Amino acid sequence: MPDVRIGVYVCHCGSNIADKVDCAGVAEFAGGLPKVTIARDYQYMCADPGQDLIRKDIKDHKLNRVVVASCSPRMHEPTFRKTLESAGLNAYFFEMANIREHVSWVTEGREQATEKAKALVAAAVARVFYHEPLYERFADMNKRTLVVGGGIAGIEAALKIAASGNQVVIVEKEPSIGGNMAKLDKTFPTLDCSACILTPKMVAAAQDENITLYTYAEVEKVEGYVGNFQVTIRKKARSVDMDKCTGCGICYNKCPAKVPNEFDEGLGMRKAIYVPFPQAVPNKPVIDRQNCTYFQKGKCGVCSKVCPTGAVDYAQEDQLVTEDFGAIIVSTGFETLDPTLGPQWGYGRYDNVITALQFERLVNASGPTQGKVVLKDGTVPKRVAVLHCVGSRDLNFREYCSRFCCMSSLKLAHLAKEKTGGEVYSFYIDMRAFGKGYEEFYNRVMEEGIHFIRGKGTEVIQRAGELFVRTEDTLLGKYREVPVDLVVLNVATVPRADAEKVAQTFGIQRSPDGFFLEAHVKLEPLKTATDGVFIAGGCQGPKDIPDSVSQGAGAAAEALSLIEAGKVKISPVVASVDEARCGGCKACLALCPYGAVDFDDEKKVAVVNEAVCKGCGTCAASCASGAMGVRHFTDEQILAQIGEVLAV
Amino acid sequence: MSEKLKLAFYWAASCGGCDVAVLDTDEKLLEIAKIADIYFWPVAMDFKYKDIKALDKDFLDVCFFNGAVRNSEQEEIARLLREKSKLMIAFGSCACFGGIPALANLYDPEEILSWVYSGSFSTVGKNGTRPLTRVSVPEGELTLPEFYTAVYTLKDFVEVDYFLPGCPPPPELILGAVETLVSGVLPPRGSVLAPDKTVCDQCPREKQDKKVAAFRRPHEVIPDPDRCLLEQGIVCCGPGTRAGCGARCVQANMPCRGCFGPTDGVVDHGAKLAAVIATTATSKDENEAAERIGQIVDPAGTFYRFGLAASLLRGKSLKEEN
Repeated sequence: MPDVRIGVYVCHCGSNIADKVDCAGVAEFAGGLPKVTIARDYQYMCADPGQDLIRKDIKDHKLNRVVVASCSPRMHEPTFRKTLESAGLNAYFFEMANIREHVSWVTEGREQATEKAKALVAAAVARVFYHEPLYERFADMNKRTLVVGGGIAGIEAALKIAASGNQVVIVEKEPSIGGNMAKLDKTFPTLDCSACILTPKMVAAAQDENITLYTYAEVEKVEGYVGNFQVTIRKKARSVDMDKCTGCGICYNKCPAKVPNEFDEGLGMRKAIYVPFPQAVPNKPVIDRQNCTYFQKGKCGVCSKVCPTGAVDYAQEDQLVTEDFGAIIVSTGFETLDPTLGPQWGYGRYDNVITALQFERLVNASGPTQGKVVLKDGTVPKRVAVLHCVGSRDLNFREYCSRFCCMSSLKLAHLAKEKTGGEVYSFYIDMRAFGKGYEEFYNRVMEEGIHFIRGKGTEVIQRAGELFVRTEDTLLGKYREVPVDLVVLNVATVPRADAEKVAQTFGIQRSPDGFFLEAHVKLEPLKTATDGVFIAGGCQGPKDIPDSVSQGAGAAAEALSLIEAGKVKISPVVASVDEARCGGCKACLALCPYGAVDFDDEKKVAVVNEAVCKGCGTCAASCASGAMGVRHFTDEQILAQIGEVLAV
Repeated sequence: MSEKLKLAFYWAASCGGCDVAVLDTDEKLLEIAKIADIYFWPVAMDFKYKDIKALDKDFLDVCFFNGAVRNSEQEEIARLLREKSKLMIAFGSCACFGGIPALANLYDPEEILSWVYSGSFSTVGKNGTRPLTRVSVPEGELTLPEFYTAVYTLKDFVEVDYFLPGCPPPPELILGAVETLVSGVLPPRGSVLAPDKTVCDQCPREKQDKKVAAFRRPHEVIPDPDRCLLEQGIVCCGPGTRAGCGARCVQANMPCRGCFGPTDGVVDHGAKLAAVIATTATSKDENEAAERIGQIVDPAGTFYRFGLAASLLRGKSLKEEN
């Protein structure tokens, strides 16, 4: 190894660091550290003159290692790595000491801050001594994108990518695309008919030659890595030949088996062979085998007999197809909290307590009552209560705010007023009208004569056949029981029940609330821990329609920026196995969150797929043989760093 | 080789098992005797320290030093033998990493002395008598070695040329080491004279993904003889312990206790063992994971059973000797 020559640069960051840290003192201290050839302090290392300083010193002083003491590596590590590269040094001969976020911004007193900065600089110098040159590699990028979940976010993403001329496949587990938005009657704040604005997009997706729809299908397995995913998709047996079916509807008109309709939130009935809703895309039926007389009892066969094109195919089986994709957009949406979890809300115990989505179906012209808001006994309610925050902002259920329910509750209150002409009560904690036109909508609904009660509707009780909503009216400062005929629970938005399975399939992490976790809460809302896998819409957290659409379009941009680049960069900071040392205990295999570690049955050693590995180090930490290591985070480097931090 | 090898054996803080291991080479010991002369072996032969002191520097070819260093006498002899030997071999787990005696590093010397001289149930005459390093009697001054604040490895005091781990080192490994030394083709100084693989590599049991639902002690279960013991919930140190023993314990349905220490790739044996065992008990539910980990009896004694003196923290508290 040639003589190690380290340059140390202490940044003032204007006054951000220099106000608390004696930068010149730290530089002087660094100058006396072993192997340090030159140490300087400077106003702004990240600015061009600062970088030029490094480049010049590399040339003049033959530096082969560089330490910059400044901000977080999350900010400027890429900047300085490029500086080294432009001066002909390997980018990984660089180490950053964070003396801003870790020192000047959080340390009391100039003396302590300066001492701490010295310790971190000494640690960085000790570490960089052991750095090794590492090289980035590139892999080809498949230009096809997989969109998982055909709600509004997924549809938007697919349309945007298709418009660029690239191929998209949408996998939707229901028989039709459309997602939660398809169930809504109106949308706030404009009171547009939800179907009227959604169905053109659904139809456009179906007609786009660059989009392939796999409805009634689910992703079984994802292998590979960014640019080169191999995805196995289960196309569930529809029992209807899609090519022969014309969507005439005779089959479901004649089908004798009736079951509660999921699309109407269980309020209406559908047949065993059905399309979920009139505007479904594709508008072709599917047989629900669990409830089909033919499949359960072996006789009936009415649908097959009446079908004019012979499209009904009872022998159809699930099909597994494996296709290649370069990027994946997961837009699997959300569910709503099971309202029976809170018996105090009365759902399931009293007849006329329903959820917000059930109310949407009631007011919808294609819903079970053709748009009439009626009680169980068929009469029109005179008093309707809309409860906000049912299970949201509630430590017993979900701590978070479900974000759009204030606005959707206002919309429901408006619709209830419009449809019943009765008294409408809105029980709220605070009114969160955060979006464009939302406050105006709130004002409008207030003017409609809705009774706003500032208090959470905590309990629904029934006395002598009459429903009462209990609340603490915080404006009046007293408990109230408000008699009503119909209670609408705007229940919390929650992750889908299969979120964990989906997360594992795609290598996505989840935040404590159970939603999918983005790479950075502020700056990377669409990326995930797995390169090439993006998230959009309600699967990431509660979102209203415009936000979901924006995220869908954003995720499309993420995918397209990979596709257009044509190649994907593979970081060299990955795990590697010393095969001579690995004992083959297999402890690391199941631990890898990215499925990057495999086992070579012949050599009996672990193997790392470098393109999949993110360098998180879980395997290396667990590897008791010491065979597994992470490049750029070797024991030698880390111990040298810790040693200096503790020594100063 | 024209001349016979000149050997010395010494035992410091140890149980004597390492000396027995030398005898365990059975009739092969006689072959060793043909090619070697033994100059010092306190457990078997009558030599005095003065005999060693009288030797020239580097007179001995090889010293096999077993046992950890716990008191001033052991340090003195370690230094003496180092001076007189061309090659110093840390023989057995105690000399290599502190071994069982180093578990005493979980206690202060005061705690140890107080237990031994007044606390323990078998102590007779609990009058607070404590050993002194010096005492004057009419006949003159009597001395005892100084009891150190901690147990140390051999390497902490003298340069060690080779390490031969094991509690005790198995006969095949001892004979292999002797053959290597006789051959004259020596591995790099500081090498461990055992493979740089883990026990799992020599273990014939079938291994799958490691997910442990509950930890059990060996006497609480009858293990499946063909499956990985760790996967059956028995804390086995095999994944993090150097091979060379032939995986004898695991083949007798007993988990690996870690006596061969870590591979060359590991800095702190116990920390690594704790890490790998902990990962097998992972659960999405924090309480469940805590409950599983709680089932591991005496984690410090389990993971640092042999390696405490050579670990990063070295014991309960790190204190420098005066």
